[in-house]
Amino acid sequence: MAAPTTGARMVAPLTWRVARLVERRVETPSAQTLVLDVPGWPGHEPGQHLDIRLTAADGYQAARSYSLAGPAEGERIAVTVQRVPDGEVSPYLTDTYAEGDPVEVRGPVGGWFVWRTDETAPVLLVAGGSGVVPLMAMVRARRAAGSRAPFRLIYSVRTPDDVIYADELRRRTREDQGLDVAYVYTRAAPEGWRGEPHRIGLADVNTHGWPPDLEPLCYVCGPTGFVETVADLLVGLGHPTRRVKTERFGPTG
Amino acid sequence: MGIVSPGFQGRPRTAEPALPPGQYLTEDFPVLSAGPTPRVPLDTWEFVLTTETGAEYRWSWDELMGLPQETPHVDIHCVTRWSKLGTDWQGVSLDTLLDGVDTTARYALAHSYGGYTTNLPLDDLRGGRAWVVHTYEGGPLPAEHGGPARLLVPHLYFWKSAKWVRGVRLFVDDQPGFWETAGYHDYGDPWREQRYQGD
Repeated sequence: MAAPTTGARMVAPLTWRVARLVERRVETPSAQTLVLDVPGWPGHEPGQHLDIRLTAADGYQAARSYSLAGPAEGERIAVTVQRVPDGEVSPYLTDTYAEGDPVEVRGPVGGWFVWRTDETAPVLLVAGGSGVVPLMAMVRARRAAGSRAPFRLIYSVRTPDDVIYADELRRRTREDQGLDVAYVYTRAAPEGWRGEPHRIGLADVNTHGWPPDLEPLCYVCGPTGFVETVADLLVGLGHPTRRVKTERFGPTG
Repeated sequence: MGIVSPGFQGRPRTAEPALPPGQYLTEDFPVLSAGPTPRVPLDTWEFVLTTETGAEYRWSWDELMGLPQETPHVDIHCVTRWSKLGTDWQGVSLDTLLDGVDTTARYALAHSYGGYTTNLPLDDLRGGRAWVVHTYEGGPLPAEHGGPARLLVPHLYFWKSAKWVRGVRLFVDDQPGFWETAGYHDYGDPWREQRYQGD
């Protein structure tokens, strides 16, 4: 079996750049978007991530990977950080990190879990929790590029309060032609939502996804169990494994 | 030392054991894969070693189980920065599989059910440092961790330990694999923090 092919090989060393916080947006009680100014940022594809490195006064360093939340605007990039209560990096970024403060970033990284704006095939995005971040980057890049590729997003969250980018998703569903968004609530559903809270299953993927004969590109991002479930469902429905790209969260801080 | 981020202290770190730079400890066993988990029935599973001249050496599941078994007790290090100490495995050393294989190749490309590939210098598969493992912590290796069998090369970042391994091809020249083509390092030494191309 041939190896999956990817784009051109990156050979330039990835350098650490100094990024400064220019804006913070509260998305949910536990998720925030940080807009960073990164002089020299080389640009990126939707779906790619970067590493953020923190250095303490005594020289101790900790780094973690975060998905880029949208296309770069010049040297401005955005990441959305889900606060991990016992984490080492995310609580600093959500609670302490202040406007103008420096962190170091390195990227973009990853050439597989990306959607390129010249693709015309239908796209299915399936997000679990903060797994929506790299998928939102694709939704935003689609809009920015004027792409007409048909997009469907299935977004699984605990409760309506946990929906990241809620207002923008409402607006884009109205304004961006060819974008549909369906929600799956696992703990509590909003009034008027049809069905009971449940974990994502075959009916959700079958109802809100694309049939395999349309040859969609599928991107699944979320916690490991979620991604395993959805990827298995898609393969079971007949989607070729090579068109099902996944990104799983491990425990991160 | 990097640019100090004001107010960042990090975790208390007096009790930390020696980890490769940039790694943190996890008790959990995270999963990192590029696609769906392949399910490979044991009665059709095989491991194929192909030399640079095209000669093939094949092992069925039963034949693999019939070879001398080893029980590596090793630390593993993922490029996404988690490390896990003292993991227990059982499998067959690549030394055993390479014994009697006629080759002058210097590079290996491991390939997997599902299409994944990763490259290593052949020398890194020798010398008691690499195994095809089928058992983790006393039980069959779960599919999401690469079962029925995966490569185990603990001295390199864990993406080199190809899950669902199906074979190894030997080459005279280095052939980048899946993640390496996507920007990750060709060698991947955790102690030298070789995460991405150019590190």
